[in-house]
Amino acid sequence: MEKNNLKAWLYLLPAILFLGVFLVYPLIDVFIYSFEEGYNTASQTYLGVGGYNYSYVLHDPYFLQAVKNTFILVLITVPVSTGLALLISVGLASISKLRELFQTIYFLPYVTNTLAVGLVFMILFQKTEYSDGLINILLGVFGMSPIDFIDGPWWAKMLVLCVYTVWVVLPFKILILTSALASVKQDYYNAARVDGTGRMRVFCRITLPMISPMLFYLIITGFIGAFKAYSDAVALFGTQLNAAEMNTIVGYVYDMLYGDSGGYPSYASAAAIILFVIVLTITVINLLVSRRHVHYS
Amino acid sequence: MKVVLEHVTKTFPNRNKKIKDDVIAVSDFTYEIPDGKLIGLLGPSGCGKSTTLNLISGLLKPTSGRIFFGDDDVTDISPEHRGIGLVFQNYALYPHMTVAENIMFPLGNLRGKEKMSRADMRAKAEEIARLVQIDPYLDRKPAELSGGQQQRVAIARALVKMPRVLLLDEPLSNLDARLRLQTREEIRRIQRETGITTIFVTHDQEEAMSISDAIVVMRDGVVQQIGAPQEVYNDPCNLFVAKFLGTPPINVFAGTVRAGKLYFGDDCVLDVPGVSDRDVTVGIRPEGFEVDAAGPMHCALSAIEVMGRDVSIVASHESCQSASIRAIVDADDVKGLSTAVRFRLKAHKVDLFDPATEARIPVGE
Repeated sequence: MEKNNLKAWLYLLPAILFLGVFLVYPLIDVFIYSFEEGYNTASQTYLGVGGYNYSYVLHDPYFLQAVKNTFILVLITVPVSTGLALLISVGLASISKLRELFQTIYFLPYVTNTLAVGLVFMILFQKTEYSDGLINILLGVFGMSPIDFIDGPWWAKMLVLCVYTVWVVLPFKILILTSALASVKQDYYNAARVDGTGRMRVFCRITLPMISPMLFYLIITGFIGAFKAYSDAVALFGTQLNAAEMNTIVGYVYDMLYGDSGGYPSYASAAAIILFVIVLTITVINLLVSRRHVHYS
Repeated sequence: MKVVLEHVTKTFPNRNKKIKDDVIAVSDFTYEIPDGKLIGLLGPSGCGKSTTLNLISGLLKPTSGRIFFGDDDVTDISPEHRGIGLVFQNYALYPHMTVAENIMFPLGNLRGKEKMSRADMRAKAEEIARLVQIDPYLDRKPAELSGGQQQRVAIARALVKMPRVLLLDEPLSNLDARLRLQTREEIRRIQRETGITTIFVTHDQEEAMSISDAIVVMRDGVVQQIGAPQEVYNDPCNLFVAKFLGTPPINVFAGTVRAGKLYFGDDCVLDVPGVSDRDVTVGIRPEGFEVDAAGPMHCALSAIEVMGRDVSIVASHESCQSASIRAIVDADDVKGLSTAVRFRLKAHKVDLFDPATEARIPVGE
């Protein structure tokens, strides 16, 4: 038994070492950094220990803007993308012709580079001296005046970011939900059909509970993913996100480390810890809510 | 409610696209199932019995032919309007609902005048649960029940709307041997108490024979024989039916009829009046043998298996087409047997069949 134990540890060692060095140690380090006041990168010294970094970050208007942006992004894109994915998957499940073709089309964004897609979105939405952009031309058809989606008002930029994020996360969700729907046995539907169950009732009372574990998985990972959003904003609005009022929390952390005004690992750490606490809280709430509504077989 | 099938045929397009012909799942099925009876559809897998059940349920539409419930033509009516209860092979109980919710689910679909209050639905569910004896488990989830209990819940759910016809697809195949015996009695009791015309599908002949008022034996989509279980067992219309019914199975021999006598090789084993001289295939039930020291049929003895009241003699004979002969005889008759055994045959347990068509050859008196 002793010997087996030793063997087990030996097998686990590579993973433990790797995770320890690259995950656990930095995590602890970030936590420590966030409490070291007046840290100097060059001399690697600090003045004292306390909560000043948190106080600074929480009073920084850029951070507050980033928090606001992130929360709006999360609250809009997670429900919208999950709902849309559910609609599309149910649609896909109910057609037989061209189903594979549509599945492929819906999955394409997943294998496409985010930055390249960001460029395409920019071209669609951006107003330049030469063109109002495709979307504005379309809006013009309905008699609306052109809006600068990329360098214009905050709400227009937020709209583009939300649309873009939904578009990017949709394929994975459709993939998961399509397979979840396919795994619901036909017998359940036949049983419901024989009893004369209406389509809405079948969907709400049978389909939804049956796929609820997958749906819940998508919501949790959706929340976490959206809270960590950064590259999408860069793809659309470039690296000067603070100036564009389009920064996210992760973007703020990055800027604090490497941005033009960067070089403040303590502030970055404090912001990262705040993000961690927010994500943890939301996830715990999600888990508690799911207990009553998710049915694991 | 009697159920009438008139020339019902169901074909499916062939999966193999090189073959243009459709697959015939059910061919020209005509039968009037009398009101309030329990009918077993019996046959090997792929014989079309489940398809027949699905045609009656309305989940499948027949390619041709008509189906009537009583005097109503239901051929073009969708399943939910036929007034059927259907029990699936794997029960298809909704795993996220309690037993009570499962049973109440069909009632929740009632609309308009028939709409029930939740209290009424609960009362109805409890009533049905008592009938199938699962009332102590109403607030459990299906996963917390045994296979037999799940089966009863499935039957309760099918019965709660008081269907005109109850259909069961392989109702016992997911149960272990002991539960199977118990549950089939249960199905019989429930059917008797409710008086609902019930049709069930099975590949297990023992199951079908033990509880059915009548059995329908099918093969390759074609009905072979319909009748009361004992009748079909005693008078099989062809070799397939004879082989399919009975455990241990019927013993098959190659024989010859000469001058009204049946020969196995040189042994003249039985008088068969009224049969012209020809080669025949002979089926002999295990209980059709009698050990007799002066019997006409000489067999080599392989083994004697004791089953308690009876014993089973395993023997061989050069004319036998089965792997071995199995005879069930009285335990006292096997004393003193060692390497050989001689049998006398009971005429009414011996059936003659045409070797080519496998049809039964009648034996006159």
